[in-house]
Amino acid sequence: MAAVFPFSAIVGQDDMKLALLIAAVDQSVGGVLVMGDRGTGKSTAVRALAALLPPMPVVQGCPYNCDPAKTAEGCVSGCTYRDAKSKPGSMSIPVVDLPLGATEDRVVGALDLEKVLAHGERAFEPGLLARAHRGFLYIDEVNLLEDHLVDLLLDVAASGENVVEREGLSVRHPAKFVLVGSGNPEEGELRPQLLDRFGLSLEVRTPTDLKTRVEVVRRRDEFERDPAAFVEKWQAEEQKVVKKIQNGRKRIAQVAVPDAALERAAEICIALGTDGLRGELTLIRSARALAAIEGKKTVTDRQLRAVAPTALRHRLRRDPLDESGSTARLDRVLVDVFDREGAAA
Amino acid sequence: MIGFASALNLISDTSESPDGPDTQHPEDRTLWSDAMLAAAILAVDPAGVGGALVRSFPGPVRDRWMTGLTGLLPEDMPVRRVPLHVTDDRLLGGLDLAATLRSGRPVAERGLLVQADGGVLVLAMAERAEPSSVARLTATLDTGEVAVERDGFALRHPSRFGVIALDEGVDWEERPTPGLRDRLALHLDLSDVSVREAAVSGIPFDLIAIRRARDALPTVTIDDPSVEALCGTALALGVESLRAAILAIRVARIHSALCGATDVRPEDAAVAARLVLGPRATRLPMSEPDPEEPEAPEPETQSAEPDQPDPPSSPDRDETESEQTERSLDRPLEDQVQDAAAAAIPLGLLAMLQADARRRTAAAASGKAGAAQIVQRGGRPMGSRRGELKPGVRVAVLDTLRVAAPWQRLRRREISETETSPRVLVRPDDIRLTRFKRRRGTVTIFAVDASGSASLNRLAEAKGAVELLLADCYVRRDEVALISFRGAGAEVLLSPTRSLTRAKRQLGVLPGGGGTPLAAGIDAAGALAERIVKQGRSVSLVFLIDGRPNVGRDGLGGRERAQQDAEEAARQIALAGFPALVVDMSARPQPASRELAGKMGAIYLPLPRADSRTLSRAVQAATAGA
Repeated sequence: MAAVFPFSAIVGQDDMKLALLIAAVDQSVGGVLVMGDRGTGKSTAVRALAALLPPMPVVQGCPYNCDPAKTAEGCVSGCTYRDAKSKPGSMSIPVVDLPLGATEDRVVGALDLEKVLAHGERAFEPGLLARAHRGFLYIDEVNLLEDHLVDLLLDVAASGENVVEREGLSVRHPAKFVLVGSGNPEEGELRPQLLDRFGLSLEVRTPTDLKTRVEVVRRRDEFERDPAAFVEKWQAEEQKVVKKIQNGRKRIAQVAVPDAALERAAEICIALGTDGLRGELTLIRSARALAAIEGKKTVTDRQLRAVAPTALRHRLRRDPLDESGSTARLDRVLVDVFDREGAAA
Repeated sequence: MIGFASALNLISDTSESPDGPDTQHPEDRTLWSDAMLAAAILAVDPAGVGGALVRSFPGPVRDRWMTGLTGLLPEDMPVRRVPLHVTDDRLLGGLDLAATLRSGRPVAERGLLVQADGGVLVLAMAERAEPSSVARLTATLDTGEVAVERDGFALRHPSRFGVIALDEGVDWEERPTPGLRDRLALHLDLSDVSVREAAVSGIPFDLIAIRRARDALPTVTIDDPSVEALCGTALALGVESLRAAILAIRVARIHSALCGATDVRPEDAAVAARLVLGPRATRLPMSEPDPEEPEAPEPETQSAEPDQPDPPSSPDRDETESEQTERSLDRPLEDQVQDAAAAAIPLGLLAMLQADARRRTAAAASGKAGAAQIVQRGGRPMGSRRGELKPGVRVAVLDTLRVAAPWQRLRRREISETETSPRVLVRPDDIRLTRFKRRRGTVTIFAVDASGSASLNRLAEAKGAVELLLADCYVRRDEVALISFRGAGAEVLLSPTRSLTRAKRQLGVLPGGGGTPLAAGIDAAGALAERIVKQGRSVSLVFLIDGRPNVGRDGLGGRERAQQDAEEAARQIALAGFPALVVDMSARPQPASRELAGKMGAIYLPLPRADSRTLSRAVQAATAGA
C-alpha cells in the first residue's frame, strides 16, 4: 500500500477515533471492536492509526518483539537474541493484519518449510501472533473469521501466550496484543465469547446530513486524485495526533485515579449489573487514558461518563437482540448516577 | 443519452401500468443502451468503478454484453473467472506443490485475486458465492492488495481490478452479499432486454475513445456543485452508503472523459446518478410519487424518443449536448441529477411504494437489508490425518511435505546414487489427507401467529419469546427465518439469515390483526423447510400459535374447516419429519393445540409455564432431533 488515508482527515466518527486513541495510549484496555454500516471508514481508521503509533524498544532481531526491559524468561524458550550484547533496537508499534483466509500455521507459526527443505533443519517460523506481540492485531470482517481461528485467538488472548505443539516442535512465546476488529453486523453476528474479549466496543453509522457527507466524499476524492499531496496537506494535523498519543502515553502513569472515581465506576457497574470485574477495569483504564490524552492529572466524572458507553455497552447482561434497549438502559443509569449526585452537590 | 423527458416518461410509464407489454419497448432500449454505456465506463477504469453487477440469466444478451465489454479492454488486460465454489488456494494463492517439489524449496502460487491485477475478475453465480470468498475479494478491492498468510507464506501482492459479478438470482431475495453490491459502482439488470435489441445496437464508444478517456481521466475535474448534487441525490434516494456517492463521482468523471470534456458537466453527473445511484434507491426522491406528474412530459416524449437509439456519435453530439445544457439551465442541478437517477430506480421499488402502507414497511425493510444470502457455511478443515491416496480425497499437501521433509537426508542416503531421484522423496506413509468437518447449517424457522386474537392476547409477549429463542440461535450460530400468518394467509417476512439484527428489525414491525390461518402458516413453514433441506441444511420449526384457527387453506373463515386444514397441514409436517416445537401462547392453553402438536410430531410447550430457560431447552431439544 502506497499512501494511507490520514487519520485526522476522517470526517466525524469521533467515538471511533477516540476509542482507537485510548487503545493506543493504554494498550491494556483490551481491544476495540468497531461494528457498523458499510463505507464508514472503519478499516481506514485502523490502518491510518498504524502510521501514527510511536516506536517501542525491542531486543534487536527478536522475531517476537521482545521488550529489552524484561528478562529473557518472558520470551520464547531458549531465546538467543539477548545473548549478543547488541544495543536494544526500536520499531514502530506493530499493527498486524490478520487477513481472512489466513491458515492456522501462519497465525500461530509453524515449521519453517524452507529451512526444512533446504537444510534439513527443524526450525520454528513465528506467525502473525508473534508479529503482533506488544502491538495490535487487526481483523477486518471479524464476524466472518473462521471459527477455528476465533477459538485460537480467544485462547491466546486470554493467556497472553502462544503455545505451539506440532510436528515435534514445542514452542511457547508471549503474545500480548490489542485485538482490533471491525465488521458489518448485517453480514453475520459475532460470537459472544469473542465480543467479550474486546475492551471497547462501538457502533458507527453513516452520517445522514448532507454537509458531512459531501465533506467525506470530497476528501476521499481529493485523496484518490493525488494521495501524496493529500497526505502532505494533512501532515500537520497528523503530527498533532502523534503528539497526543505520545503525550498520553507519557502522562498516563501520572494520572491519579482517586477513590471517588473508583467508587463511581463501581457504582455505574453495579447499577448496570455488568458481569465480572473486567468492565469496571476497562472503564477505569479508558477513563485514565482519556484524562492522559486531555492532559488532565486526575480522573473525574467527566472522563468516566465519556467512556462508559464504549466500555460497558457490550457487557450488559445480554439480550443480544436488544441493543437499543441496552443503550437506553445505559443512558438512564448514567443520568441516574451522575446527575442525581450533581444536583445534590 | 437519455434526457430528462424520457426519465420522467419512464416513471410515468411504470406507475401507470407496471407490466403492460406496450411499455416494454422504450424501456428495453434504455436498459440496454445504459448497459452498453456502463460497459464503456467500466472499460475505462475497471478498478476505479469497482466493477459491475450484472443481473440476468445466462444467455445471448449477457454474452453480448460481456463480448462488448471485453472488446473494449486492452488485449493484455487479464480477465479471470472465479468459479462458484472457489477454494482459498485458488483465490488467494498458496503453495505450488509441483514447483516446490521440483525446486526443493517452497514456491508460492499466485491466486486469482493476484492474477487479475490490472484487469477484470468475473465472478460467476455471484448470488450464490460463499460470503467468506466474497469477503476476501472485497478486502482486496478495499486495500488494493492481496494479503496472503497461508501455507507458510506471508506475502503482499498489490492488485487492483474490477469485478463483474454475474447475478443469476431468481427472485429479489437471491442477490450477492450487500458488501459486494456496495463496492461495485454499476448495477445492471439485463433480465428484460430483448435478444433482438441486444443484437442490433452496440457500444457507443470504440477502443480509441476508451483509450483516450483512460489517458485523460486523471485530469478531469469536478466542481463542488456537482459533488453536492450527487451527494444530495444519494441522500434523497435513500442511498445510505457513502461508497455509492464516491463511486458516482468516479463514474461522472469517466463519462466526462469519454465525451472528451475536461470537467464533470451536469450531463455527466446525470449519467452517474442514473447508473450508480438509481439502482440503489430505497425510496423515491419525493416522499410520495406524484400522480400528477405524468401529464407534463407526454408531448416531450416523442421528441426524446428518436434520440435514444442513436449512439452519441461525434457529429450529432454537440447538438444533443447543447440542447441538454440549455434545458439544464432552467433547473437546479440537483433536481436534474435526481430525475436522471429516478429513471433507473428499479421497477420493484416503484411497485413496492405504490402498494399499501403495511406491506410497504415489510417489503422495504427486507429489500434494503439485502435479504437472503445462501449462507452455506462450508466445512472447515479439521487438520489432517494419515491416509491413502485415492480418487476424491484432498491431500493436505503441506502437512504431507512437512511429514516428509525431515526424512529427506536419510532417504536420499538410502537410495542408490545411480537412480535419478526427485527433489523430495515422499513415501506413502507421509501422505496426509485433509479432514473436513462439514457443519451443516441449521435454520430455525419461526412461524408466528399474528392474528387478531393473538395480538390482542399476547403478541407482545410472543415477540419477547421469539427474541429469546433468537438469542438462543445466536449463541448456536444458527440461521433464522420468520413467517407470520394472519388474515387470509401466511407471509415469509425473513428468509433464512444469520443476521439477527435483521430478524429483530422484522419482528419489531411485525403487523398484527385479522383471522388465524393456521393451516396456511404451517404450510408456508413446511414449504420453506423443504427448500432448506433440499439445499443440504437441517431445519427446525418453531410455531407460536394461539390454537384457535378460524381461516382455512382456502382463505375463508370457518372454525371447523380451519381446524381440519390445520391438522392436515400438521400431519404433513410429521410426514416430512421436520423437528418442530409448538409454543402455545394463548392465555389458557388449549387442548386442541396440544393435539395439533401431537399430530405434527412436535414438542408442545404452553407459554404460561415457559420461562426463557425452558424455551431455550425446548428449542435445543427440537433441534437435536434434526
